[in-house]
Amino acid sequence: MIIRGLVHRLGDHVDTDVIIPGRYLTLREPAALGRHCLEGLDPGFSVRVRPGDVLAVGRNFGSGSSREHAVLALKGAGIGAVVAESVARIFHRNAINLALPVVVCPEAARGLQAEEPVEIDFGAGTIRQGDRTWTMPPFQGEIAAILAAGGLVPRVRMWLTAHGSDSERR
Amino acid sequence: MPSPRTITEKILAAHALDGAVEPGAIATIRPDVVLLNDVSGPLAFAQFAAMGATRVFDPERVVLVADHFAPAKDVESAEQLRLTRRFAEEYGLRHHYGPGRGGIEHTLLAELGLVGHGDIVFGADSHTCTAGAFNALGIGFGSTDLAAALATGRLWLRIPGSIRVELSGAPRHYVTGKDVILEVIRRVGSDGALDASLEFGGPGASALSVDERMAVANMAVEAGADCCVFEGDERSLADMAARGMAPRSPVQADPGAGYVARLELDLAELSPMVARPPSPANGVPVEELRGTRVDQVYVGNCANGTLTDLRQVAEVLRGRRVAPQVRMVVVPATQRIWRQALAEGLLDTIAEAGAAVSTPTCGACFGGHMGILAAGETAIATTNRNFRGRMGHPDSRVFLANAWVAAAAAVAGEIVPPAVVLGCSAEGAPA
Repeated sequence: MIIRGLVHRLGDHVDTDVIIPGRYLTLREPAALGRHCLEGLDPGFSVRVRPGDVLAVGRNFGSGSSREHAVLALKGAGIGAVVAESVARIFHRNAINLALPVVVCPEAARGLQAEEPVEIDFGAGTIRQGDRTWTMPPFQGEIAAILAAGGLVPRVRMWLTAHGSDSERR
Repeated sequence: MPSPRTITEKILAAHALDGAVEPGAIATIRPDVVLLNDVSGPLAFAQFAAMGATRVFDPERVVLVADHFAPAKDVESAEQLRLTRRFAEEYGLRHHYGPGRGGIEHTLLAELGLVGHGDIVFGADSHTCTAGAFNALGIGFGSTDLAAALATGRLWLRIPGSIRVELSGAPRHYVTGKDVILEVIRRVGSDGALDASLEFGGPGASALSVDERMAVANMAVEAGADCCVFEGDERSLADMAARGMAPRSPVQADPGAGYVARLELDLAELSPMVARPPSPANGVPVEELRGTRVDQVYVGNCANGTLTDLRQVAEVLRGRRVAPQVRMVVVPATQRIWRQALAEGLLDTIAEAGAAVSTPTCGACFGGHMGILAAGETAIATTNRNFRGRMGHPDSRVFLANAWVAAAAAVAGEIVPPAVVLGCSAEGAPA
């Protein structure tokens, strides 16, 4: 998979409340949530962002509320990937589960220039912008398996097919 | 002989279906209880169906609580509540609670006697870590993870390292569990406990009531922690009995267990704390913010709408008035707490002072309803987050504090040390 888009830069500790404020949590559709994406931080963001664009973010991205609506809002707005210095645990899992690639690569997260094109090649494991290239750590273990399956829903569907939904498993 | 283990490692090991329980390793963990609400639930139910699941792993161990937008504030939230109720009916769930019968999920879960020593709760809510107050592990997830837990009764987990927080001393008057956790978050930072479990213990822990331990455990996630756990003791054992649970030995750390970090906190040295926006890590002694004017005071949330909090608020408001320019909203966390507060006369004292008393709900804590802030407004709240726009307009501000400090601000119209409003009490409050 290759993602190409413009880079949008955000700082440290971007919490899920500013990604999608609480008052929108009665929405469930990605497109509807996407219209309010990052509204708490930058009201014009959802209008400027284009499909495939990439967020380059600082430390502890997605901290706070477990709301999966934050990932749906980013996806609904068109974000193709997030490159981060570090990511809060629940947001990280939510993103992987919904097949939004989150790359933890502090050097790239700090080095990517805003409003410039970037290309992320997940097969080759590279992030390229202009004449700079960063090598990203490969996805491993469960994260690799979930992304390979296309998200947690297809992975659990396969698991249930193999184990049966009706058997007592404890 | 297995190597010495922390409380977190022991509880996880007792619930591991496969994998190694050592920090950084991946293991498959089964929960004792799975918890969802009216915001996380509807997304999870759709994913559950998309997974092709036809039944939940154990209808007795699933708890659905309508609390965020409950009672429904509009047609869209009414639909969320309807989807939650329908899932409970369709899958024969015993535990489904809505307005008038339940309360805020984390307080309610304990009250129902569904979490005690050594248990694991998987919750589709970041404040599931509140269960740490009961010598249990509460781990927060998103909706798709919880859909998988509903379908399979298990989830993979990266085993956290443990951070030991050693408490000593006894807190001074007007210093509570809220101040303990605001000080811990101030020290470690809002991502200082990433991939870790905060373990609280030591001689000072016994000075904290179970309500206060809830206030501490509730905000562990604001330091980035996966979960949190208190040592069990006679107080947590008595608390389990009071909630109708059979006695069970607490899980304690082995001597020589390995910690990724250690913190020491002398409770006697703590002042009431206030966290400035926009981070719970911005705590300072209340004195430093003295004179900050407030438009709204909000008491409530999943750990600070307890009887302990309501008694503190009533003590401050008895014979006093909420300042005319201030509005105060008080939200008991559960229906049972609400009724007990009524029986004790607390609600009347609070209402007589000019505060609005609400039915239990997550309400304005997450910016949902029941006390949203306008542009430029300032609130002081006993809640757990003061992120930008958390309780309303992006240009509103939220200061976090304990119930003594919040109620004192309601009377004074500005942030003040509680002793200023209450005077030096018989208990010898420091001025």
